[in-house]
Amino acid sequence: MAIELRNVSLRIGAETHIYETNLSLQPGQFNILLGTTLSGKTSLMRLMAGLEKPTSGELWMNGEAVTGIPVQKRSVAMVYQAFINYPSFSVYDNIASPLKVAGLPKDEIDARVQQFADLLQLTPMLHRLPDELSGGQQQRTALARALVKGADLVLLDEPLANLDYKLREELRDELPKMFADSGATVVYATSEPLEALMLGGYTATLNEGRVVQFGETSSIYRQPDSLEAARVFSDPPINTATIEKRGNSAYLNDSVSWTVPAQLASMPDGRYSIGLRPHHLLPDGEGVKVGGEVQIAEISGSESIMRVNIEGNNWVSEAHGIHSFEFGEHRSFFFDSKRCLYFDSNDKLVETQV
Amino acid sequence: MSQIEFKNVRHAYPPAKGQAPVYALKEVSQIWNDGGAYALLGPSGCGKTTLLNIISGLLTPSEGSILFDGSEVTRLPTAERHIAQVFQFPVVYDTMTVYDNLAFPLRNRGVAEARVTQRVTEIAEMLDLSDRLQQRAAGLTADGKQKISLGRGLVREDVNAILFDEPLTVIDPHLKWQLRSKLKELHQRIGMTMIYVTHDQVEALTFADKVVVMYDGGVVQVGTPVELFNRPKHTFVGYFIGSPGMNVLPCTLDQGQPVFANNRLDSGYAVASDLAGKLEIGIRPEFVSFSDDGIPVAIEKVEDLGRYQVVTVRHEAEQIKMVVGEDQAIPAQSPKISFAADNLLLYQDDWAVETEHA
Amino acid sequence: MRKTTNQKAWWLVTPVLLLVAFNAFIPLMTVVNYAFQETFGNNQFFWEGTTWFEKVLRSERFHDALGRQMLFTSMILVIEVPLGIAVALSMPRKGPWVSVCLVLMALPLLIPWNVVGAMWNIFALPDIGLLGYSLNSMGFDYNFTRQPVSAWMTTVVMDVWHWTSLVVLLCYAGLCSIPDAYYQAAHIDGASPWAVFRYIQLPKMKRVLTIAILLRFMDSFMIYTEPFVLTGGGPGNTTTFLSIDLVKIALGQFDLGPAAAMSLIYFLVVLLICWVFYTVMMRNEEQ
Repeated sequence: MAIELRNVSLRIGAETHIYETNLSLQPGQFNILLGTTLSGKTSLMRLMAGLEKPTSGELWMNGEAVTGIPVQKRSVAMVYQAFINYPSFSVYDNIASPLKVAGLPKDEIDARVQQFADLLQLTPMLHRLPDELSGGQQQRTALARALVKGADLVLLDEPLANLDYKLREELRDELPKMFADSGATVVYATSEPLEALMLGGYTATLNEGRVVQFGETSSIYRQPDSLEAARVFSDPPINTATIEKRGNSAYLNDSVSWTVPAQLASMPDGRYSIGLRPHHLLPDGEGVKVGGEVQIAEISGSESIMRVNIEGNNWVSEAHGIHSFEFGEHRSFFFDSKRCLYFDSNDKLVETQV
Repeated sequence: MSQIEFKNVRHAYPPAKGQAPVYALKEVSQIWNDGGAYALLGPSGCGKTTLLNIISGLLTPSEGSILFDGSEVTRLPTAERHIAQVFQFPVVYDTMTVYDNLAFPLRNRGVAEARVTQRVTEIAEMLDLSDRLQQRAAGLTADGKQKISLGRGLVREDVNAILFDEPLTVIDPHLKWQLRSKLKELHQRIGMTMIYVTHDQVEALTFADKVVVMYDGGVVQVGTPVELFNRPKHTFVGYFIGSPGMNVLPCTLDQGQPVFANNRLDSGYAVASDLAGKLEIGIRPEFVSFSDDGIPVAIEKVEDLGRYQVVTVRHEAEQIKMVVGEDQAIPAQSPKISFAADNLLLYQDDWAVETEHA
Repeated sequence: MRKTTNQKAWWLVTPVLLLVAFNAFIPLMTVVNYAFQETFGNNQFFWEGTTWFEKVLRSERFHDALGRQMLFTSMILVIEVPLGIAVALSMPRKGPWVSVCLVLMALPLLIPWNVVGAMWNIFALPDIGLLGYSLNSMGFDYNFTRQPVSAWMTTVVMDVWHWTSLVVLLCYAGLCSIPDAYYQAAHIDGASPWAVFRYIQLPKMKRVLTIAILLRFMDSFMIYTEPFVLTGGGPGNTTTFLSIDLVKIALGQFDLGPAAAMSLIYFLVVLLICWVFYTVMMRNEEQ
């Protein structure tokens, strides 16, 4: 389903939850809303579902204005962060519930429940109650209920946030597969940039009630059009600093400088901001060398994340493998200046790709 | 402060009539060194909370004994073990100020008020709470409250160990690393034994010098983060640590060399050819690479994770994940993969086979 | 909370609004009507202004009844609240005894007011009642129909028996909502049982206690049926509480004007005390 927000805003009391927004989602794809808590992800979803009426603007679905139409009359399914199932219904009855409401014949209900139970690996526990299931299975049940309806628009509001680390990893892997054949437009809210990248599709980065950027997930990760977009789409946080550009050189300070790309060299001299992704700042290697003091090295198993104070900036270095450093240790870090993103005085990206 | 020792500790909750007891905690013998930073890592229901409660004395194990510095404490109640604990949800005394909260454990033990002031000031300084001492504790944010819970353990001078039960659950994701680094810093400054329970590998590996990985009620490996990553002793450790987890693939042996799907693998070591049971090789996605010559595969999925790409490939029935650099091209024509010999591990019935790598 | 987009649901409230109107608002207006006018029947009314209010407020009889009422309510609160907390604290938090205790506690609440009055009347009769007879045979001179002290004691004990359960159940619910971690932390901090009560249980029970005290205040301040059945307000006027007195004036003497004025004053006193109490409790909460 094609869904489009035209100049939509949402104010509740004196508080603005969503500032005027234009957004046209990709039909039949994963559309990810990425932002921190209170960035407006849930408000946007409620607007799309019809649980909330926009203060101004219009909502269009498949070329029709649906702004005032209540949620019951839209073809929408929603899954929340908390595992919401009917506690007294078995898994089977939970999955069947939207079909029973729709008044489908019994054998068709049976066939569709079986089909989605298979897809979500719930077949062995169809006759158990939600309380007897693990968190992952409960959330699968809620997902199956959303899928079985065959809704055109499926809204998933941080569905994996309450699950164990490894379970989250597994379900993330499976989710795109589950929706692949349904043809539904999926909207998925998350606060984790890595989750957005793993799910792929399209991403809208959100900050303080505004859509900062919308586009294909990996392309907006690589080419954030503003410093704000780069900040939202980076975990650990993107390293930023102010540089002085003179001619074709960038100066981080008197002793650290490098040559800038041609597009930037031709622009006026002065102050610019740079953004450097943590995995491009490494404790060994070559390129621009900067000195730093290590505050902590966090280890995620496959990667180490070092928080370092570099030339007065709080930066993060993310390196593959396990690196242990002592608190307060001084050492050098390196980055390839070609990896830098440059932003002008309005924090807009300076296009530097050849 | 003291060394904590577990001697053949097991625990079963009272079984239903006529049924054999089910052990929530299988036999554990383990020494927790004085001043060490330990993490208990495992999925929910693996027995890590049971183990923690046995240390703190909230639970008496059905078998075995616990020793603090050589003296038996198995049946001692919590208060007499001199243990401090930080819980999943912050526990503060709402009606008291931050100062009174920190002073509470000392006042309960009849410490002189001058000493109380001295200790509280000192600990508040360490925890960056000095400027909030006169505020009501109820008004603080979750991370502030969690610091108070920790502070109530730190003020005492008689504490043997501090236990943490998933202490960062309710902390805003963007503040977690600050609290993690605070904990690490505190451990280095005061050198107290700390045991940290979590299901999150980042928290465990960051905090601990030694990580105890638990699975299905038992301890499967105790090791440093590097050991757990490079030499997982059990396939579960390989799967659980690292993201994506280790590839575990069925194999056979030929003259002491592992063979995967008719491909004899160069492993740089040889083991006895007569190993019985379920044999598998373990290889982390980081150590699988595309090569000109090797195992032919079909590419199923490429995930661009920004910093690197995760490629899922298939060889016959087996799915293999590999990590590929962010700029590296994925071969389009008949891709082949190979495994790094140094990091090829062998498992017999899920347990690592001791091998001599070059 | 979020605003709803669909306003139709408001219509569903209509039956309740109508019911409340017939039930509360219209009778209240009738009372207001009587309070400011004099009537001699035949639906003829004469404007009296605040005459009835002045009369009631100056009457010694009203002062005495109000005094008795205040004393009674204070005694009830002083006994029932601590007793309720104590019973709630001693109830098991887990296991098969929980439901047994809860049922036992709920039993007195299920008995109608007039039955409670009648039960205690018979129970306390000095010649044939179990309580009255036992007390007398133990050498106590006890007769609630003749001695004011005995009458008061019996009334208070009856109310404690009937209503402490309510405080217990509310406090118990409050106690059950305290996570185990709090007790464990207090244990680790070496807190004494008193400190656990003072710094954990009492603060966590504060909300339910506020409600329990409000309910007990309102109910005991307006008590009618039980003392009416038990003592009829006697001996003399010693157990004539406000509502008993009100009924005597309104129906016994048929002084509708003063009775109406008195009910309004009565109503305002209850409202005022509740408001002050609630505001003070909630202000503390915010700090």
